[in-house]
Order: sequence, then structure tokens, then C-alpha cells
Amino acid sequence: MLRLSRTSKIILIILVTFILTFMYVPLLVLILNSFNQSNISSWPIESFSFTWWEFAATYQPIRTALLNSIIVATGSTIIAAILGTLVAFALKGYDFFGKGTVNLLVVLPIALPGVVTGVAFSNTYNNFLSPAGFNIGYFGMIVAHATFCIVMVFNNVFARLKRMNPSLQEASADLGAGLWQTFRLVTFPQFRTAFVAGALLAFALSFDEVVVTIFTAPPGVDTLPLWILKEMSRPNNATVVNVVATVVILISLIPVFISQRLTRAQDEGK
Amino acid sequence: MGAGFVSLRGVNKFFDDVHAVANLDLDVHAGEFFSMLGPSGSGKTTVLRLIAGFESASTGSISIESQDVTELAPFDRPVNTVFQDYALFPHMSIQENVEYGLRTRKVPRPERAKQALEAIDSVKLSHLAQRLPHQLSGGQRQRIALARALVLRPKVLLLDEPLGALDKQLREEMQVELKRIQREAGITFIFVTHDQEEAMRMSDRIAVFNAGAIEQIGTPQQVYEKPESTFVARFLGVSNVFSDQVAQEIFGSPATVNIRPERIKLVAPSTKPKADERGVVGTIIESSYIGANTIFLIQTESGQRVIATRLNEELPDQVNRFVTGDRVGAVWKSDHSAVIPT
Repeated sequence: MLRLSRTSKIILIILVTFILTFMYVPLLVLILNSFNQSNISSWPIESFSFTWWEFAATYQPIRTALLNSIIVATGSTIIAAILGTLVAFALKGYDFFGKGTVNLLVVLPIALPGVVTGVAFSNTYNNFLSPAGFNIGYFGMIVAHATFCIVMVFNNVFARLKRMNPSLQEASADLGAGLWQTFRLVTFPQFRTAFVAGALLAFALSFDEVVVTIFTAPPGVDTLPLWILKEMSRPNNATVVNVVATVVILISLIPVFISQRLTRAQDEGK
Repeated sequence: MGAGFVSLRGVNKFFDDVHAVANLDLDVHAGEFFSMLGPSGSGKTTVLRLIAGFESASTGSISIESQDVTELAPFDRPVNTVFQDYALFPHMSIQENVEYGLRTRKVPRPERAKQALEAIDSVKLSHLAQRLPHQLSGGQRQRIALARALVLRPKVLLLDEPLGALDKQLREEMQVELKRIQREAGITFIFVTHDQEEAMRMSDRIAVFNAGAIEQIGTPQQVYEKPESTFVARFLGVSNVFSDQVAQEIFGSPATVNIRPERIKLVAPSTKPKADERGVVGTIIESSYIGANTIFLIQTESGQRVIATRLNEELPDQVNRFVTGDRVGAVWKSDHSAVIPT
């Protein structure tokens, strides 16, 4: 470990405090404001209440948007979990022509600007599939999300597989296990935590996605982030927006938190 | 097929451009402790993996107990393997590890628990049955790997440098233990090692590998005393190999001759070798005391170097000893040297 002088320690502490304050105070204000009695955000908050939480919980457009968000995130996570794992196995276990290219193509969507991905999918759906008679609609949104969710599962599983002792699978075969038995009893337990951690990250990523969703959501369908974006133009509903935003923060944060704990527990287990 | 219990016929294995195993014929007898000895990269581990089924032969055939297994997957072969890194399943307890092979054979749960615990008991680790592999020491893991393979009563047990990671003392204990298990269970052991002493201590027969081929197969005594190539002579212990001109001077013929350092006696330079002896005269350029032995490096006038080791039977200061710089005669009995066929 690098040893730091007293002065540099103090400077670092001040710097980190400053940065974290800038990052998290706005979130804190938002969460506090969700309990504001008034319908517009204000500071200081004059009276606290659950009025807008109750309103949000019963307000049909919000409930529909939440349900949409969950369906889309779940769907794209399932697709990403299956495809990401398969790609990780292919790239880990086999040598084939274009292996490096496939690796790059799988990881690329996370680096592509969302607006590009969005326009690309939107064009494909509306100018290509639709005229050909395929109305992909709701499912198109799930597929679009899956493209960048795959990366989360792939990266996690691939990193774990690379560290896995290859003689474990040989030992399993040597002791009489067939291919499926070896996968079920030896291989999968070895990368299970990485798999779950990757899937949780994928879920969180999809749940709060805005840009790609704007381009791929069918007309009249809102996810929670889309609903927030639309409501922003109506300042009179600011507190309800804060409530929904708080929910989005929680639902995104919890999977990331669990995922980190899983990864850490796995690293310590070795 | 072949005469052996495990037979390889004309086996070749290529990894891309590397010819890892070259046209190999091999017969291992039933119930013998057979070692494959060689430096790293000599193909011995590849041959083991071919027998286990982890690699498939590029050409040739492999049979076990007269059954052709060339095309069989590892899980269909009557062999089990002890891996160099033990390959215990890290997420399973010791007992679950040992039960694994019984589980894949669909042995009922109570029966497999009974057999597994007996196997763990036979390597004296019953008290650790519920632990996880990472909680065990290297030596304990090694025993469990052995128990996990032996509980299935394989016809052939393959061992890939299983003692490589153990310290010297533990390794010697395990050598004795392995030999005992092999004798009592009557299983054919095929043992891969690069340690010639280990191979000689345990084996009934040794195959010496070099560059993907077998240089010689024989009992420890045969490969040590009658090496059939310079490589074998040099790989098994220290040796003096005289060839060409030097051989011509000493023996009167240009053969390649091997003489072991411990067979060479040091005498006064004026001493004439007896009728049944051969010898050279030279100067001691280095002597190293290593406890049980002293190693002398002698150089003749023609520049040939000879290594001689003498057992320190007496305290070093109680005998008249040769020291560095002395001129000595190095002599040996003619029948102690072996001609290496070329």
C-alpha cells in the first residue's frame, strides 16, 4: 500500500468530501422533497407529509409506468442473462475465427451513445420491420435494452470463468459425470454469484434507462423514467415526480448494492 | 489388440505445430506401478491425458483391458485421475467431493455416504469430512484427491505429479503411502513425475520420456545401470559419459560408455589399474562436501572432466583424504561401466 503524507491525506479527504457532497446532496434534497406537503419543490420544506406518496401509489398512470419498467427490466435481464452467459462460455472455451471481433461487438453497445442505439432501433422497427408486417411494439423496447444489458452479465461471467480452474471440469468428467451433470454440479455453482451479480446490474441498468427507451417505447407506453421526463414540463406536479424519482433510485440502488456484496463475498471465499 | 492391460499403439498427438507425442507404443501390465518420467515438455503428461480421455489422439489407438477406448469420453473410461492441483470441488465438502463419483453412478445416498466415509477414513482424515477443501492443508487435500479416485475402485489410477506441491518430508511419506495403497488395492498405477528418485523409489517399471517419445522402458535398475541412450544416462542421476576420442583412449574403442560417479574410486596417481579395472589420471579441480557424500570434479590432461562421489563412511578428518589440487587416479571396475548403444 502506498503511504501518504499527512498533508496529502487531508487534501484528499477534503476533495473526496467535496465531490461526494456534490453528488449526493441533490439526491437527498430530492428524497426529502418527496415528503413535502406542498405540490412544488421548495427549500426549506415547511411541512412534511405522505400525501404525495399516497397519491403516487394510487395514481393509475404511475402504477402502469412502474409495471412497464419492471416488465421491460425483467425481460431484458432474462435475455441478457442467457445470451451473456452463452457468449462468455463460447469466448472462454473455444477458439474460432473472429473471436476478438465478437468480444468487441458484445461489449460495444455499452459504449455507444444511447441516442445512436435508440435511433438505430427506431429506424429498424419503423422503416424496416413495420412495413414488412412485423409489429414488434413492446417487445422491441425489451430487445433494445437487452443489447446493453448483455454486457453486464457477459463481463461478470467471463471474468469468473477465466479464473476458474479448468481441471475441475476434467475432474468431474473423470469421476463419471456427463456434460450436463458437470455443468449443473460443478461449473454453474462456480460462476453462480457472478451470474446473479451481473443480472442484478443488468436489471438496474434497464430500469432507469431513458434515451433508448424514448426511441423504442411504443406510442402511449411509459416507463417510470419516461413518465418523470414528461412530467418535468409540468411544474405543478414536482413533488409527485420526486416521489417517483425516489422509487427509481431505490429500485436501481438495491440490485447494485446486492451485486457488490455478492461479488465481494465471492472474492473473499477464495 | 496389444499385450498390455493399458496399451497404446502408434499414438501421435499434435497441438497445432507441436508434435507432443510421436508414434508411441506402450504396454502397461495389470497391477504394476508404472512411472512416466521425463523433463517438462517431454510428452509424459499428454500421454496421461490421452489415457484419461481429456485429449484425443491425432492418430493411433488406446485400449484398456482389451477394450478400445480411443473414441470414448473421459466419463466412459474405467480410469480415474489424481490431478496435480488435486482439482477438489471448492464449493463441496470433503465428503461431497469423495461421494461425487458415486453420485454420478447413481449409488443410493446412504450407500455412497458409507463408502465415502470409509474412503476418507482410509486416508485418516475422518475428522475433516465436513470441511471445505480450502480449509485443508496441501497434504490433506492430496489424500482426499486420492480417496475420491480410489472410492470408485478404478482398474487404472492415473496420477499427474500428485506430490509435486508437497514439501520434501511429506512427499517421502506419501511415496511410501502410495506404494502401500497400490500394493494392497492391486490397482494399476500410471504415475507421471519429473523426479527420478521418486520414480525409482516407487515404480515397478519406468518409461523415460524425451521430446514426445519413450527413450527406454525398464525396471529402475535397468534404466539406471543400463541406460540405452545418453539422455537416459544423464536424466537418471549424475553420470560420466565418455565418447569418441576419450573412449578410444580409455577403452581402446570409440563406443559411448557410461560410468556412474559412485562407482569411481580415487587412488594415488601412480597406482596401476588392475586387470579388471579401467581408469584415468587427473587433477581434482573441485571437491564439495555434502554430508553423506563428497563430490569430486576431476580434470584429465586432455581436458575430459570426471565426476566421482565418495561415501563419507568415516569422519572427514579421520581419513587420509584427497583435496582440491591433488593429482589422483580415478579407477573403476570394467563391468561397472555400460556401453550406450548409438
